[in-house]
Amino acid sequence: MSTYDKSMALTGQPPAALSTGQKMATLLGMGGLAILLLASFNLNFQNKGLWLTISLSAISLGILWFAWDAYTNKQPGIKNDGVWFKSISNRGLWGWVAGIALTCFYIILYFYPEYLGLVSDGENKGVISLFDPLSIALSGNPASQWFVYGTLYTVAILAFGIKFLWKYRHNRYEKIRTVSVMFFQTAFAFLIPEFMARLNGDKLNLPYYDLKNMWPLNYYNFEGYRVKAFINSGNIGLAMLLFGIISVFVISPILTYKYGKRWYCSWVCGCGGLAETIGDPFRQLSSKKQSAWKIERWLVHTVVVFVTIMTTAVIYSYLGNDTSKYWLTKKTFLIGVAVVLTIVFSLVMIFKRKQLQKDAQYGAIGFFAVIIGLIGLHFLSGDGNIFLIKSGTLRKSYSFLIGSIFSGVVGTGFYPILGNRVWCRFGCPMAAILGFQQKLFSRFRITTNGGQCISCGNCSTYCEMGIDVRAYAQKGENIVRSSCVGCGICSAVCPRGVLKLENGPLEGRIDSNQVLLGNDVDLMELMNKK
Amino acid sequence: MEHIVIIGNGIAGVTAARHIRKLSNKKITIVSAESNYFFSRTALMYVYMGHMKFEHTQPYENWFWKKNRIDLLNAYVSKVNHKNKKLLLSDGTQINFDKLIIATGSKPNKFGWKGQDLEGVQGLYSKQDLELLETNAPNKKVCKRAVIVGGGLIGIELAEMLRSRDIPVTFLVREDSFWNGVLPSGESQLINEHIQEHHINLRLGVNLGEILADENGRAKAITIKETGEEIACNLVGLTAGVTPNIDFLKDSGIELGRGVKVNRLLETNIKNIYAIGDCAEQHEAIGHRRPIEAVWYTGRMMGETLAQTICGNPTEYKPGHWFNSAKFLDIEYQTYGWVFSERAKKEYEKHFHWRHTKEKVCITVAFNRETGRFLGINTFGIRMRHELFDRWLTEERNVDFVMEHLADANFDPEFYKAFEKEIISKYNGDFGKSIDIKKKSLKRIFSLS
Ligand SMILES: Cc1cc2nc3c(=O)[nH]c(=O)nc-3n(C[C@H](O)[C@H](O)[C@H](O)COP(=O)(O)OP(=O)(O)OC[C@H]3O[C@@H](n4cnc5c(N)ncnc54)[C@H](O)[C@@H]3O)c2cc1C
Ligand code: SF4
Ligand code: SF4
Repeated sequence: MSTYDKSMALTGQPPAALSTGQKMATLLGMGGLAILLLASFNLNFQNKGLWLTISLSAISLGILWFAWDAYTNKQPGIKNDGVWFKSISNRGLWGWVAGIALTCFYIILYFYPEYLGLVSDGENKGVISLFDPLSIALSGNPASQWFVYGTLYTVAILAFGIKFLWKYRHNRYEKIRTVSVMFFQTAFAFLIPEFMARLNGDKLNLPYYDLKNMWPLNYYNFEGYRVKAFINSGNIGLAMLLFGIISVFVISPILTYKYGKRWYCSWVCGCGGLAETIGDPFRQLSSKKQSAWKIERWLVHTVVVFVTIMTTAVIYSYLGNDTSKYWLTKKTFLIGVAVVLTIVFSLVMIFKRKQLQKDAQYGAIGFFAVIIGLIGLHFLSGDGNIFLIKSGTLRKSYSFLIGSIFSGVVGTGFYPILGNRVWCRFGCPMAAILGFQQKLFSRFRITTNGGQCISCGNCSTYCEMGIDVRAYAQKGENIVRSSCVGCGICSAVCPRGVLKLENGPLEGRIDSNQVLLGNDVDLMELMNKK
Repeated sequence: MEHIVIIGNGIAGVTAARHIRKLSNKKITIVSAESNYFFSRTALMYVYMGHMKFEHTQPYENWFWKKNRIDLLNAYVSKVNHKNKKLLLSDGTQINFDKLIIATGSKPNKFGWKGQDLEGVQGLYSKQDLELLETNAPNKKVCKRAVIVGGGLIGIELAEMLRSRDIPVTFLVREDSFWNGVLPSGESQLINEHIQEHHINLRLGVNLGEILADENGRAKAITIKETGEEIACNLVGLTAGVTPNIDFLKDSGIELGRGVKVNRLLETNIKNIYAIGDCAEQHEAIGHRRPIEAVWYTGRMMGETLAQTICGNPTEYKPGHWFNSAKFLDIEYQTYGWVFSERAKKEYEKHFHWRHTKEKVCITVAFNRETGRFLGINTFGIRMRHELFDRWLTEERNVDFVMEHLADANFDPEFYKAFEKEIISKYNGDFGKSIDIKKKSLKRIFSLS
């Protein structure tokens, strides 16, 4: 008979329990958050700059201490012990608590910023006012809810980025990539736009612009007020507008061709940066079911169509009809859009149809939806109405449904429930477009190492995009999937060295094998004939 | 319709079933007693360590089997009656078959140690073993120390598992250096050091004496045979290799050795009965391989091959160049071709060994001392490209050629530190050569012209 008390097996297993140091670190970080919380309940801190510094330092130090405690006495290597035992990372109680708290935060941020202390005309109150000193130091203006959010976002990416660097200290790909997202967030998303605001004055009136953000991720980039502001700001403004266009049509396709969409999604992008750092403990929660993949393809492509129609309608709405005033009129613009889409569509259909059986069909449907939308736009409406809906309404619903609810509330709030790339996978139109290119015109692939796969499933479990990597690896097939963001974690966690992210020739990029390397060569030849 | 029955839903049985389905419309039934669905045995350790849940070890979703018309039956086969082509299940029911594939895998070795059947003594092979381990060693309060007996791949995995829950581990290894029956001494030495880095108490050159019981019949300690030293423990892990799991076939008329005897077509002595995977034993070893190959890849390859035979294209099991891989705690190991330990080395086999001065990285290259022909490579802490080594082995390349093109073969993630320069300079020094390493070429790697 066994003599031990069975209930003990249910109490915290060692890998699930926090050490004393980690408990204290958590306390410290929570202390920092508590200051922010008190401030939002309008507790008036006298020396705002000091308290803000204390709060942000406590949060950062708490995170760093926690990470240091977790990794310092360990050999370099994969650190996934106990991931599925911890309630924060296995959709347990703490996972739900964190999810609900984050969701509430996003709802307040997007829809009720007055609870954070935003006062539209007059001095800020609450937590926003706590950030005033920092905001004034950077841009000269008082803080807004977006400044508060941007600061916290950057702090999160930096502090959790350092945690990630420790966790993967044996893996140079992960280290360099993480330093890159930390840099782009701090410089491009946070500091440069604030400094740019400083330049604004009588002559210059640049809109907030995070230069690394591209349409359609910043779906608002080509809206009337922004374009006007760019144009009115002289050469700098024009250059920025041009850069916005070139990055979509030239820079991004070239880089994606050479390196795959990872150059953006896991090296540069801010959403990706957050997902890869603070979101890293949740990557295993993404669903690998085939049904999830189906939902993903429908959803993400619908968003692409939506954003294309919306942007077209918005631009259309502020263009004129008179060629003598400005060369670009409503009509030329619409024709231009139609021509670009038709060219892309025809090229794919002519050269790549075989590679995209089902996806091509979806593509076609999306394409026609856009075209019909365009026709409707032009003929059914007077001024930017599409199917009798005003472009303004279209834009508002996009920004509400996709910009706020999907990318913010669901996309980040649900990290602890659906995994850290919910938005990137199901909603981001930028990811969908880059992915489309990655699948068809890119040198990037994940090479499978011959017959070495033991089907263990580490790769699939830790793929944040919900790709069933193992399904390919155990067939000896390279992984060429539009959703892969090239985070490299599948390759890192593979215990048999089966996966390598690399850029290589297009020829033979997708090799599917019935019989794997290592078996009888004649049998391989017989079975793998295409 | 011909009814193919497969006993065992491991990699061998399942691969055979999948390929038979691809090639034919036959009725397929898999009978297996361990789990409802195929899972990856190699991933059991990660479940205990909390890297994965058990469901993640299942390579196919549950709907897969129905969609591919592969019937699954969770039952234990207690007898095979080949005369009237029937299986007897332990619950008394019977199943008819037209063709039978035996793919029943292995079970842990027990060498008749005193106390080997006590509570708290177990192997690590099956899902049930994993569940048992969860009861025997849920944490360091219940299991104050574990002793692992047998220094092979499963033993070191068990040690890593237990260490992930902070359970103190004593690791008894019969050899005087870890796995040195297989690994050359430099590599074996590197792993010895790494085991100790992980705070595992490695005891080399010792055998298990007996396992002592407490008053409840649970293991409480073991003794070491050589010294009589007693080590208190709550868990004894027996990981001294595996044997084919074929006891239920005794007296069935199917020819047995240590495993089920098969010819190159994977046929047993009885028509329409075949055996594949861990439980199959070749009449004669193939090349340098062992007659029983208890690894994942060979089970898969036998499944791929047998499906051909069953579907009307008789095909011999002709495995290509040997390869394998493993992970020792944090160090990955890969091997291509044959590199033997000092004990098993052929007289014509010469080694080149390089080890990094600080990091736990090393390689050993084996070649023919007369002809210079490349025979195989072991790498620790460096990933290599299977396809290239397979090609070079087929092309019977010279070792100098391999060394020259080492950069092509590297399969480490991008931006990893490359060691080719240091390796080649040691090689040049050892053998008085002056080979220059060639820069990595995508053209050569993907054999484009
Ligand atoms: C912990 C561990 C780690 C490993 N790691 C590696 C590795 O990294 N690389 C590698 O190459 N190999 C590894 N191996 C070995 C590899 O897992 C085996 O070689 C492989 O799983 C054997 O597959 P199989 O299909 O022959 O048999 P199995 O996977 O053993 O499947 C046989 C099935 O048949 C069932 N069965 C047996 N008898 C009966 C019966 N009478 N009635 C009904 N059902 C029955 C069994 O319960 C079992 O489910 C590892 C093994 C273990 C235990
Ligand atoms: S497939 Fe690999 S590299 Fe791509 S997203 Fe998934 S884990 Fe990252
Ligand atoms: S992690 Fe590696 S060995 Fe495991 S299933 Fe994925 S590719 Fe195969």
